[in-house]
Amino acid sequence: MTTDRRIRLVKPAVFASALAPVAYLVWRGYDGNLTADPLTFITNNTGIWTLRFVVLTLLITPLRRASGWNWLVRFRRMLGLFAFFYGSLHFLTYVIGDRFASLDFPDGFVAWSTVRNLLASIWEDVAERPYITVGFIGFSSMVPLALTSTTGWIRRMGGRNWQLLHRLVYLTGIAGVTHYWWKVKADTLHPAIYAIIIGVLLGFRVVVSLKRSRWQRRPIEARA
Amino acid sequence: MLLKKSPDIRSSEITDKKVYLRRREFIQAAALTTIGAAAGTFGAGEAAAQSWPRVKIPGQIKDSGWGKGEKPTSYQDITTYNNYYEFGTEKEEPAQNAGSLKTKPWTVKVDGLVAKPADYLFEDLIKPHQLEDRVYRHRCVERWSMVIPWVGIPLADVLKRVEPQSTAKFVEFTTLLDMRQMPGARRPVLDWPYVEGLRLDEAMHPLTILAVGLYGEYLPNQNGAPIRLVVPWKYGFKSIKSIVRIRLTDKQPMNSWQRSAPQEYGFYSNVNPERDHPRWSQERERRIGEFLMRPTLKFNGYGDQVASLYTGMDLKRFY
Repeated sequence: MTTDRRIRLVKPAVFASALAPVAYLVWRGYDGNLTADPLTFITNNTGIWTLRFVVLTLLITPLRRASGWNWLVRFRRMLGLFAFFYGSLHFLTYVIGDRFASLDFPDGFVAWSTVRNLLASIWEDVAERPYITVGFIGFSSMVPLALTSTTGWIRRMGGRNWQLLHRLVYLTGIAGVTHYWWKVKADTLHPAIYAIIIGVLLGFRVVVSLKRSRWQRRPIEARA
Repeated sequence: MLLKKSPDIRSSEITDKKVYLRRREFIQAAALTTIGAAAGTFGAGEAAAQSWPRVKIPGQIKDSGWGKGEKPTSYQDITTYNNYYEFGTEKEEPAQNAGSLKTKPWTVKVDGLVAKPADYLFEDLIKPHQLEDRVYRHRCVERWSMVIPWVGIPLADVLKRVEPQSTAKFVEFTTLLDMRQMPGARRPVLDWPYVEGLRLDEAMHPLTILAVGLYGEYLPNQNGAPIRLVVPWKYGFKSIKSIVRIRLTDKQPMNSWQRSAPQEYGFYSNVNPERDHPRWSQERERRIGEFLMRPTLKFNGYGDQVASLYTGMDLKRFY
């Protein structure tokens, strides 16, 4: 079996597995088992899965280099889009369960004032509370990456520019883990683990780029 | 010739005990997160089946009249959604892990600036007093709230029994600390044991109770068995669980959350919608079971009873 064929077979399986966390939430919801505070539970759950998919996306390149399995890169877009997918669910849960639910409704639910107040309330929260600010930065940084994730966009932008833009994912990772760290009350164990993982994955890239630039600076005759 | 033998292990090589005790969790969590596979988390958050014994409190329980018109939160929600970090920092963990807590026999040491210090067996502490039903609103600093039908006795009754000295100004409470019974306490999430405190007049206030039950039954372990404090006008973390010591003192106690994050949690911790937590607004709260958040009431709605305790105090400063 060719590698191409194998990838085509594995992809649907990866796709399905990546949906398992949603299926899990739906199943627990169906079971009436989303804890006493379902909105908080869903927010936390989708948040952590966002971070996990960011980690998986960032893992592809180092893994590929270490193993020589170049086909890994063909799963990167899917994983990145799943990070965006979970990030969107996370953000949406926050908007509905936290911002919308804490509004006043002077003109009833369906009114322009509801939209205005909702936007103002999101903006106020993002501007005032640092952990929300970084969370919002993390989420927003994924939007251009998701939009330009198609092959068409790679062509249109040119590989170099595209790659440059997609380094934004480093910001996503840093903002995501900071958001998590600043959110917890006292138990920083899990945020610390994610910080280490993200640190290693980004550190790998720093080392690679340092090595490369040193190599390029060497005189021509020494390169041969 | 004397050969000087160096120790096999240098002290610098010995893993810090705190780190050592966390090793499994480190490995587990790291494995979970790197793999990130759905399989790893499946079932992890499973709601605990009600595995704890449910024992009705015998004898007469006086109807205090408190909480008429409030709809109590379901028994299921009250007993499976808990902050009790000694049994884990996730809400559902205490219900899953607190079965290991041994509440019999249970001794409460009452000492400090009192005329009659004593070690009371739980039964002896409660017996002389009339148990009462108290349906109270419970407001967590995390912006959720419940209505809980407690069974308990006024703390004032117990304090009068031990006769506080005139120099006593504060009461300090301490939770049991036993790493064998309390898996969450093996990690230094807070500076164990958990400590809370009240001013003596707050402690003597008729709303302040020592609770031993809810819904007419003895407290499940995850709710702070066998005996806990309930101060309904303060954020939930003031209502310390599984008390082993009550000490009267002339100095303001340093409570655990203030020690952990002094810019976020103070000594008083009165419910106050006007004073935001640095990381979130306290203007509203989600009553468990509801979608839209309610406006939070100052002193959790008990202002008529307790506001006079704080006359002339700037409650934004003394948060």
